[in-house]
Amino acid sequence: MKHIIALCAAGLSAGLLTTSPVRAAAHDQLTIGVAQFPSTLHPDIDAEVIKAYALGFVMRQITAYDASWKNSCLLCAELPTIENGLAKVEDRPDGKKGMAVTIKLKPDLKWGDGEKVTAKDLAFTWKLARDPKTGFSNTHPWTRADKVDVVDDTTAVLHLDKVLSSYNEWDQILPEHVEGPIYDKAQASGDYIKETAYARAPTTPGLFDGPYIVTGYTSGAQIVMEPNPYWPGTKPGFKRIVLKLIENTAALQANLLSGDVDMVAGEGVGLTIDQALELQKQHPDQFTYIFKPSLTYEHIDLKVGNPILADVRVREALVYAADRKTLVDKLFQGMQPVADTWVNPLSADFASEIQHYPYDLAKAKALLAEAGWKPGPDGICRNDKGERLSLEYSTTAGNRLRELQQQVLQSNWKAAGVEVTIKNEPARTFFGETVKKRSYGALAMYAWSSNVNESPSRTLSSSQIPSEANNYGGSNYIGYSNPQMDKLIDAAEQELDPAKRKAIWANMQEIYAKDLPAMPLFFRAEPHVVPKWLAGYTPTGHGDMSSYWSENWHAQ
Amino acid sequence: MLAFTLRRMGQTLVVLLVMSFIIYGLIGLMPGDPIDIMAASMPGVTPEVVAKLRAIYGLDQPLMLRYWRWLMAALQGDLGFSRTHSQPVLEVLMPALWQTCKLMISSFVLSVIAALILGVVSALRPGGFVDSFVSLFAFAGISVPVFWLALVLILTFAVALHWLPASGMTNVGDGGFMDQVRHLTLPVLTLMLANTGQFTRYVRAAMIETLRMDFVRTAWAKGAGAWRVVIVHALRNALIPVVTIMALSFGTLFSGALVTETMFAQQGMGKMIYDSILSNDFNLALSGLLFATLITLLSNLAADLAYGWLDPRIALK
Repeated sequence: MKHIIALCAAGLSAGLLTTSPVRAAAHDQLTIGVAQFPSTLHPDIDAEVIKAYALGFVMRQITAYDASWKNSCLLCAELPTIENGLAKVEDRPDGKKGMAVTIKLKPDLKWGDGEKVTAKDLAFTWKLARDPKTGFSNTHPWTRADKVDVVDDTTAVLHLDKVLSSYNEWDQILPEHVEGPIYDKAQASGDYIKETAYARAPTTPGLFDGPYIVTGYTSGAQIVMEPNPYWPGTKPGFKRIVLKLIENTAALQANLLSGDVDMVAGEGVGLTIDQALELQKQHPDQFTYIFKPSLTYEHIDLKVGNPILADVRVREALVYAADRKTLVDKLFQGMQPVADTWVNPLSADFASEIQHYPYDLAKAKALLAEAGWKPGPDGICRNDKGERLSLEYSTTAGNRLRELQQQVLQSNWKAAGVEVTIKNEPARTFFGETVKKRSYGALAMYAWSSNVNESPSRTLSSSQIPSEANNYGGSNYIGYSNPQMDKLIDAAEQELDPAKRKAIWANMQEIYAKDLPAMPLFFRAEPHVVPKWLAGYTPTGHGDMSSYWSENWHAQ
Repeated sequence: MLAFTLRRMGQTLVVLLVMSFIIYGLIGLMPGDPIDIMAASMPGVTPEVVAKLRAIYGLDQPLMLRYWRWLMAALQGDLGFSRTHSQPVLEVLMPALWQTCKLMISSFVLSVIAALILGVVSALRPGGFVDSFVSLFAFAGISVPVFWLALVLILTFAVALHWLPASGMTNVGDGGFMDQVRHLTLPVLTLMLANTGQFTRYVRAAMIETLRMDFVRTAWAKGAGAWRVVIVHALRNALIPVVTIMALSFGTLFSGALVTETMFAQQGMGKMIYDSILSNDFNLALSGLLFATLITLLSNLAADLAYGWLDPRIALK
C-alpha cells in the first residue's frame, strides 16, 4: 500500500512539474493579459473600453480613425465625403437640411460562417438601434439616421436628420441571419439584451466579420480567438489569440515575466504607466515598451460657484503656480504630454495659438495680489475680510498616481500662498455622487475620455449640466456655461468644411484657455508592453484601438 | 434530533429572507448606479440614452419594488439575469461555485489534515523542538498576507522555475485533469499555507488541554497504546471546539477567497461576489451572498449535529 501511494505521489509530482506549458518557439499563439473583462461581445450594448479592444480582433467598424488619427474605411470600400459625392446635403420634407450618406461595403466581406456581409445587415443594425427596447448605447449612434435605403447588396444610403460633421463615422454592423430571429422573438423591453447570441452563444462564427472569430469564451476569464476562414483581407499572423483576464496588476506583471502572457494591452486595460515604467527599468531588454499619448485628458475641475474660484485671476494663478512639466517629468518620466486644453496636440483640430500657462510662481503671486489675496504671517494668502485662501481638493481615493499628483500640486500651491486640503473619496462615491452633483469643495481631479474629433458638447455644453431637473444626466460636471461656447459647439458639430471647422475648434480652445473652467494637467500615455518578436503592432492612442488592425500583427 | 433539525431549517429560511432584504437594500444604497458606471466609459453618451438604459434595466423603479419583484421571481426558482455577465444568474453562479469547490475544498481538506498532524505532534511535547518549529510555521502562516504569499509562490514556481502556470484555470486547448491540477496547485498551496497555521493552533491548544484530563491518565494507566490514547481518546474529545471553528470556516469557504482568486485569475465565488457588488449587479451579488449565507448556516447546523456524535453527553434540544 505504501509503495502504491508513493508511486502515485511520484507520478502526480512528475505530471505537475514536467508537463508545464511550454511556449511554442514558432509563436503561433499570442496571449494578451488584460485587467478587465467585457460583459458581453455585443458591440452596441454596455459600451466598455475592454469590449472595444476585444471586438477589434473579431468585428470591424465601417469606419475607424487610424494610427495617424485620420478617418479611414474598414468595412467600406470608400470613405464617404462631400468631395467624392458619397455624402450630400439634402433638403428634408420639413424644410430643414439633412444629409444622405452612401455606404459602399467591400464586396467580398463575409461573416465567420461564410454568409455575405450585406447592406441588409446594415439596415438591420439601424433598425435595432432605433428600437428603444434594445437598449443600444453605441459610440456613433445609428439614430443619427432616420431612414435607410438599401440600394443593392453592398450599398446603403443613410439619411441623417441634420447636417453633422461626424457623418462618416459609423460603427459595427450586426448579422441579420443570426440576430434577426432573436430580435423577432424578443417582445418586452430588455429581452433582446438577454437573448442576443453575443451574450448567449458568443462562439457562434456568424457573429463576427473580422480577421479572427471567437472560438472560446469563459465569462470573466478568457476569450480565445482563431482566424476567420472567410476573412478576405491580410491573412492573420497567429493561429490563436487569447485574451486572458488577470485583474491584479502585480500578478499581471508576474505572468508577463513567467511567459504565461506574451504582452499586456495598453489602451487603459492593462498596466498603469508607473508599473510599466518600473517594469521597463527592471527588464529593459525583455520587452518592447511603447508609451502612446492618448485622448484621455487628466484635469482638475475648478468649481463654478466657489466664491474664491469665481475670480478668473485666482484660477489663472493656480495654473501658473502648478509646475506641471516637472510633475510629468518626475512622476512619469516625461511620457505624458502637458495639456493646454482638452484637445490633444495629435488631433487635427488642435490649436497651438492659444493662451499658455507655463510655470511662473511670481506671476501667480502677482495675480493673487491683484485679486485681493495677500500673504499672511504663515505664508497663506488672506483677503480684506481676513479669509484664508483655502481650497478643498478631491479625487479618487486609492489611486496612487493621482494621490502623488495631489501632493506635488499641494506643495506647488503652498509656495504661492494657497492652502489646499485634500479630501478624497472612493471612486464610486466620487463619480456617483460628488462630481455628478457638484458637491465637491473647490477642486476635483479626474479624466475625460473622448473620441477623435468628438465635439466637447458632452463636457462643456450648458445643456449637459447635470441637475435634478434632468435626473443628473449629462457630463458637464463643472457646470460650465458660456453662451458663446454653446454656439461654437453647435457650429462645430454641423460644419462640413474642414478649414472652417478647424477655425471654430481653435476658437473653442481659445475660450477654454481664457475661461479656465478646468485646469489642464496632461494627456495620459497608454503603456503597451509587447514581446520583442511581435511585428506590425501600432498603438493608436484613441478609441479605435490597435486591435482594429490585428491582422497585421505577426511574429518575426 | 428531527425536531431540532426542522426548527433550525425554519430559522435558516427566516435568516435568508432577512439577509436578502438587507443585502438588496445595502447594494441599492451604494452611490452611483450601474448605468452611471457604464456611461463613464461611453464617449458621446447622451442623457436620453442613459435614461433609456435605466428603464431597460429596471433601474428607474423604486428599490423596494425591484426587491419585491426579485423575491417573487426567486421563490419560483428564477434568480434573475446578471447584467454584467449577460447571462441568467444560475449560469454564472454554478461554474463559479464549481471552481470554488475545487479550490476551497482541496485547500480546506489539506489544511485540516496538515493541522491535525502538526497540532497533535506539537501538543505531545509542548515547548519542545518540534512544537517550537510548528508554532513558528503556524504563526508565519497566520501573519503572512495572502497577497504576498501568492506573489512569492508565483515568482518562485512560475517565473523563476517555470514549473507551474502563474494563473488561469486551464490552458487553451487542454483542460484535462492534470492541466486543472497544475493550475490549482499554487492557489491551493497559498490557501493551505494560510489556513493551516490557524487550524494548527486550535488543534494544539485543544489537545494540550485534553491530554491533561483524568480520562487520558486513566487510559495510560490501563496500559492503552500511545496511538489509542492520543488518537482515539484524546483527539476525539479535543475535536469538539475544533469542529466549531472548522464548521464556521467551511461555511465561509463558499464565499470564496477574493485575494487568492484575483491573484491567480480563478473565477470563483469570492471574485464573482466582489465584482458583482462593485458593478451593482444586484441579482448576482444577492444570489452569491445568499448562497454563502445558506452554506454558513447549514455548516453550523452540521457542527451542532456533529457535537452529538463526538460527545454523546451533548443532547440536542
